[in-house]
Amino acid sequence: MSARNRLGAALAGALLLTACRQDMHDQPRYEPLEASAFFADGRSSRPQVAGTVARGELRLDAHLYAGTVNGEPATEFPFEITMDVLERGRERYDIFCSACHDYVGNGEGIVVRRGLKQPPSFHIERLRDAPPGYFFDVITRGFGAMYDLSDKVPVEDRWAIIAYVRALQLSQNATMVEVPAGMRAMLESEAGQ
Amino acid sequence: MAQIFHPSFNTLSRVSIFGAVFFLGAAVWGWDRLLRSPYNTQVNVAREQPVPFSHKHHVAGLGIDCRFCHTSVEESAFAGIPPTKTCMGCHSLVWKDAPMLEKIRESYRTDAPVEWVRVHDLPDFAYFDHSIHVSKGIGCTTCHGQVDEMPLTWRENTLNMDWCLSCHRDPEVFVRDRADVFSTEWRPDDVSAEERAELAERYHLESMTNCSVCHR
Ligand code: HEC
Ligand code: HEC
Ligand code: HEC
Ligand code: HEC
Ligand code: HEC
Ligand code: HEC
Repeated sequence: MSARNRLGAALAGALLLTACRQDMHDQPRYEPLEASAFFADGRSSRPQVAGTVARGELRLDAHLYAGTVNGEPATEFPFEITMDVLERGRERYDIFCSACHDYVGNGEGIVVRRGLKQPPSFHIERLRDAPPGYFFDVITRGFGAMYDLSDKVPVEDRWAIIAYVRALQLSQNATMVEVPAGMRAMLESEAGQ
Repeated sequence: MAQIFHPSFNTLSRVSIFGAVFFLGAAVWGWDRLLRSPYNTQVNVAREQPVPFSHKHHVAGLGIDCRFCHTSVEESAFAGIPPTKTCMGCHSLVWKDAPMLEKIRESYRTDAPVEWVRVHDLPDFAYFDHSIHVSKGIGCTTCHGQVDEMPLTWRENTLNMDWCLSCHRDPEVFVRDRADVFSTEWRPDDVSAEERAELAERYHLESMTNCSVCHR
């Protein structure tokens, strides 16, 4: 082997090594949302084919998944509302609704102050009388200028949020008589400050 | 035959053998610097994006929670990048004619995804999972820096193995309350050493340095 060939072989070897390294860095599999040269629309994360149901996503329970009972908006919650559910609802409400509806639900969230259409307050008569199933429908399918949030908020969380909205509605329209005796003193001392 | 090298070359050759050590040392040092420089690690280098999305405006300015956009960060390995619809929920009305947002509107009309440029990307032989870090009380800003101060997103840490290990050896140093994981206002000295020890106890924090944790 001449010196030149030897040098050539060494260089080729070095190149091969770097190639291996890159292969291991970027293995022939897709990461979530990576672009694909194979599919015509360039997505490796495939959208669901119309008219199909993914495994484990058969949703027959209309009350839980569509918020309806016999085709009417549900007037009851599909599961029991505990303190844990309410806490979860508060957390999810603050993440997903407060930017527009504000933390107390008066419809004056920060994005509204920057030019979004103002949503109605949750404390108006009409929405206080609306059944939980109605709220479920608004979150799931959107309403007027409000886009739906079905891709972001799983169904259980939607119900938890609605339970929390109910609590907000109560809180803005409660009288002292409705406050449990133990909490009354606390509220009164806070109001006095 | 006449002498080719002058006798002074003896000293010169000795000096150069001696100097080679330093030369090699400097080369290794230089190489190491290069590997750790922003040129290689991309730390603090803001990425150009198809749409100049600003965390500074949306997180610090508007106070939107990370999870509004990075919806899967609590349950899965992947944090999630928001679909065009998420932007349109506000930008169908707010700044609705801004030329800056034309790519978003076009993507919504044509159903073609916006091609965001990745800021963080581990090599495929290393495994990372957001959900475990979030549920063990490691906050976004610990790894991603003050995202709320970034007009364009950049990488705050190298993502090198030594960086992962600097925490995995003793995660207690970085732990915070789960309720503060998404907060950008939280600062490391908000918790005292005792509180951290208590949190580490509550979350059952372990030191995980076994190779197979990340190379599986
Ligand atoms: C991006 C801003 C935005 C977010 C986030 C948002 N909404 Fe809305 N919402 C609106 C706007 C705007 C309207 C008014 C729509 C209209 O009248 O065209 C509205 C209207 C409503 C209404 C009233 C419907 C009626 O009958 O008038 C309800 C109920 C509601 N939203 C619930 C929610 C809940 C629950 C969440 C969180 C899961 C939420 N919204 C998140 C912007 C938002
Ligand atoms: C309004 C939606 C929105 C909110 C809220 C948001 N982000 Fe983002 N985030 C994005 C978009 C869009 C991108 C992709 C463009 C980019 O990298 O800037 C992104 C990218 C990122 C990246 C870089 C991803 C990569 O390519 O490696 C990190 C890290 C990140 N966000 C962290 C956060 C954290 C932490 C918060 C909460 C404090 C947050 N984001 C809140 C929309 C959002
Ligand atoms: C919850 C509402 C909301 C969502 C969701 C949202 N934005 Fe915005 N965005 C705003 C508001 C409000 C402003 C105006 C900021 C201001 O006035 O301070 C804005 C401003 C902007 C601007 C121009 C101003 C600037 O330099 O920041 C860009 C670009 C932008 N948004 C991109 C996006 C993209 C891309 C997404 C989707 C990943 C997105 N936004 C999601 C509310 C939102
Ligand atoms: C322990 C460190 C760590 C913490 C804590 C962390 N991240 Fe990340 N993040 C990473 C790493 C490492 C990557 C690159 C992952 C890859 O390339 O596979 C990443 C990637 C991302 C991405 C890009 C998409 C992806 O998943 O690859 C987003 C968005 C993101 N992080 C957001 C967040 C948010 C929001 C939080 C807070 C809830 C958070 N991260 C907390 C280390 C962290
Ligand atoms: C700031 C601290 C911190 C940093 C930085 C960090 N981690 Fe972690 N990581 C943790 C903690 C805490 C746990 C949970 C340990 C436990 O279960 O007690 C964990 C767990 C993990 C697990 C899950 C183990 C399992 O059995 O599911 C993986 C994988 C992992 N980390 C990978 C990484 C990688 C890769 C990096 C670097 C890119 C990284 N981590 C950086 C703190 C960190
Ligand atoms: C906390 C997660 C973590 C653990 C534990 C870990 N590694 Fe790594 N390792 C990484 C990450 C992330 C990278 C890629 C970034 C880099 O090159 O520094 C890496 C890179 C490497 C590389 C370099 C490959 C290259 O091409 O540069 C080797 C070799 C390696 N690891 C071996 C090991 C061995 C051996 C152990 C056990 C003693 C180990 N790792 C434990 C996260 C980890």
